[in-house]
Formats: sequence, C-alpha cells, structure tokens
Amino acid sequence: MKPPRAEAQSDADRKVPFRGGGFAPRITRGPAVIAFAVLIALWQAAVSWRIANPLFLPSPIEIGRALYALAASGELWLHIAASLRRIAIGWLLGTAGGLALGVAIGLFGLARSVGVPLVSALFPIPKIALLPLFILWFGIGEPSKVATIALGVFFPTAVAAFGAVDNVPRSLIRMAQSFGLPFADIVRKVVLPGALPGILSGFRISASIALILVVAAEMINAQYGIGALVLFSGNLMRTDQLLAGVVVLSALGLVIAFVLGRLERRLLRWR
Amino acid sequence: MELVVDGVGHAYDGLAVLDGIELAVRDGEVLALIGPSGCGKSTLLGILGGMLQPTRGAVRLKGDPPAGTLNPFTYVFQDFALLPWRTVEGNVSLALEHHVLDAGERGAAVDEVLSLTGLSEFRSALPKQLSGGMRQRVGIARALAARPAVLLLDEPLSALDAQTRDLLLEDFERLWALRRVTAVYVTHNLDEALRLADRIVVLSRRPGRIREIVAVDVSRPQRGVATLAGLRDRLWRLIRDEAASADREIVAHEAA
Repeated sequence: MKPPRAEAQSDADRKVPFRGGGFAPRITRGPAVIAFAVLIALWQAAVSWRIANPLFLPSPIEIGRALYALAASGELWLHIAASLRRIAIGWLLGTAGGLALGVAIGLFGLARSVGVPLVSALFPIPKIALLPLFILWFGIGEPSKVATIALGVFFPTAVAAFGAVDNVPRSLIRMAQSFGLPFADIVRKVVLPGALPGILSGFRISASIALILVVAAEMINAQYGIGALVLFSGNLMRTDQLLAGVVVLSALGLVIAFVLGRLERRLLRWR
Repeated sequence: MELVVDGVGHAYDGLAVLDGIELAVRDGEVLALIGPSGCGKSTLLGILGGMLQPTRGAVRLKGDPPAGTLNPFTYVFQDFALLPWRTVEGNVSLALEHHVLDAGERGAAVDEVLSLTGLSEFRSALPKQLSGGMRQRVGIARALAARPAVLLLDEPLSALDAQTRDLLLEDFERLWALRRVTAVYVTHNLDEALRLADRIVVLSRRPGRIREIVAVDVSRPQRGVATLAGLRDRLWRLIRDEAASADREIVAHEAA
C-alpha cells in the first residue's frame, strides 16, 4: 500500500501517458547493412565449416572470385550487354504498345469496350508459355526472345496506364473543358501528366517482368545473356558461376529500380 | 449581354434536381444562388456555363460577349482545380495557351492578373506550396486571365477557413470594383451572398425551383451587419424550412 503522501502527490502530478506514435515504419540503413553482413558471414561460415557442400552452395568468396574472373575475361560484359539489349528493345516495344492501348482504354468508350475484356483474358497467361509459339513464328533467334519480353511488358503497362488515366481527377478535366481547351490539349496538358504517377508505377512492375522473362527466354538457344550464363553454368556444375549470374541479375534489378526511382523523383517533383 | 435561363429542368437518372427555372442574369450584375443542400445550385451553374446539358429548357445568350472576351463562361471552382504539376504562372497561363496570342501578349496578361490578385511574387510556386486561400486566388487569377463575359463561381470560399474567407471576400469586392464582370455566385453562406450580390436567387429544396429573387438595394461600401439585418432575416426565413425539410428527406432517402 502506498503512503498517503505519495498517493496525494501522484494524484496531483500524474503525467498523462503518451499513447500515440508507432505505425509509421521508417527505413534506416544500418540494420539493413548489418543484416546483409550477418547473412553473408553465416553463409561463408557454413561453407568453410563444411556444413554446406560447396559443390551445391559455393561460398560468397567463391562467387566473388567467379564474378571477378568472368568480368576480367570480358565474358560477363557480353552476357550483360546481350540481356540489356533484349530488355531494352522488348521493354520499349511492349511499353509503347501498352501505353497506347491503356491510354486509349482510358479515353475512348470503344477502346474500353473492346480492350478491357481482351486485356483481362490475355493478361493472366504466363508469357513464357508462348515462347515456343514465338519461336515457330519468329524463328529461334532474337525476335522470339524480344517478342516474349514485349508481350510480357505490354499487358501490365496497359493495365497501369488505363488505371492511371481513370484516376486523373475528373474535376481537372472539367476545368480544362470549361476553359475551352481542345481535346488533344486536355490529353497532353491534363490527362497524361495526371496519369504519370500511375504510369511510372507500372514501369517498375513491367521492368521486373522484363528481367524475369529475359532470363527465361535466354535459356532457349542463346549464346550470350545472363539466362544463358546461368543455364550453361548449371549444366557444367559451375555453381559459383551460376550464382555469380544470379548476383548480376539482382544487381541489374537494383540498378533498374534506382534509375526508375530517380526518374520518378525528377518527373514527379510536384507531388 | 444577358444570359436567359428558359424553363430549365434537370434530372440525374430520373431524380429531378431542378425544375422550371426562369431567370435572367443581367449584364454587369452579381447574382447569388442560395438554397438548401441538394437543391441544384451547382447543377444550375453547370448548365449556365454549358458544362451540363439540361434535361429540359435551354440557356440563351442575348447580345454578344464584350470585345476581347476569350472564354465567355469561366468557372471558379470550390476545390480550386489547379494542375498540381504546374506553377502558379503555368496554371494561370493554361487559360490562354490555346488562344491566338503572341508570347508577349500572353505574358502581359498573366502578369496583369497575378498582380491584380497579389500573386506576382508566388508565380514560380507549385500549388502544394500555397495555402488554401492562395490556391483559390490562383483559381480567380486564371479565371480573370480568360477575360470572361460571365464569371461562374461554385462555392469558391466553402473550402476555406473563416479568416481566409473574409480576406478573399475583400478581394472579390475589390476586383468587382475594378472589373465589372457579370457573375453568378453559388453559396451556402447568406453573409457572402449579402455582401457580394446585387440580387439573390433563393431556390427551394429538391427539385430546385425559384422561391424568390431578392434585390440587395444597398451599395457595397454601406453593407454591414446592421444595414442588412432585416434582409438577412427574410432570407433565412425563406430557406430555413426548406433546409430542415431537405435534411429530413436526405435522412429518409438514406434509410430507404
């Protein structure tokens, strides 16, 4: 039991407890760096102490050596250049088509009536399943690989674009109409800038899809490309090279995300 | 130039919101539209400027817009409707970009309205950097840049706090003294209507019909709480029962 004086004092001076805060997670770099370092150290230790068989799981140091050897021989750059070329062409073609269809669906009733059911039906098909068909249509060389990437990018871009156009506040479009702006000006000055955040979000998704598809496509009759490197290395039981290829894919993904992030920051400063 | 509303009625999906509106907006006057929520004030404003097609009747123009008019029916919006990716200057110049004006003429027009609305030093600011009152000033500057024949204001102050509202009311009075633009002003606020309008149109609850048109025969500088008390009471009596009935109807409609 509390002494009477203490109780009186606590009644008079009791501080109102803070009950807010939280539910606002923030990213700090330190924990991420430590987590990565711990993970790599554990991995290295597991291989060094023979807990894991280095034939099936090479150590981070071995992967680093393999990566260095690939880079020093110049082979790595040939693989990266081949993959980037396929991604760039496929992504640009798919994005251009997807944007055109998505914006048309967002603006015109006829395009919406035809396009939405079509996109809904075709979007869920795993595009890699169409690669054999594309090989029959376009041959086993570059065009079939690029077409797979382009088709894979096309649908998410179209969906993102028409969602983004739909989300442009109608009040802004009505405002532009009330000032007598012609249709083309409303699209150029109001709809497209207003849809840009949604379109750029779509780019992030489509770039990831392009990276997945390029690896899959390069596993069929490609001499160069990260997918080809990974496949050849696996066939030769060169798991150090295989995982070096996987590290390069991860780095490519990070670089693409970084570039898109910078683009977003530059183009969407107004937000 | 006079704007004549001829038997206008409007319905949304069969729900009548306006019925039998007969009205003339005279050249140079400020006409306020008041009435209970849902009585069709904003709908009527949309019809006046050609942004909504009335279900019945038509709006006719008697005479020609004044020389130099770029956009005869120009709106000022309740939510400001500014393009967030454009600066103050960019938003104002939007009203002029599709008109045949050379760059110098356009720049001068933008400068003039920015100066008139006290925005010259904020011309490079983005809307997100401005207060609500400043944003609405940009909306007003943009509307004035279009050299309207009729200014259509849709509750332009309702999204603002009381102090900012008072400041902008002073701005409106000053602007109307400088440029005698015909204006239709939709508001919920009796005091705004009494302070700015030459005539006040009182609409009944839905479907909105004209209940009464009240002239404010007091010059603007002499309009004060005391001088307008009688008129305010009269207007309040006109809309109070309508507003209460409208509220009951909304509750009944939601319950159904």
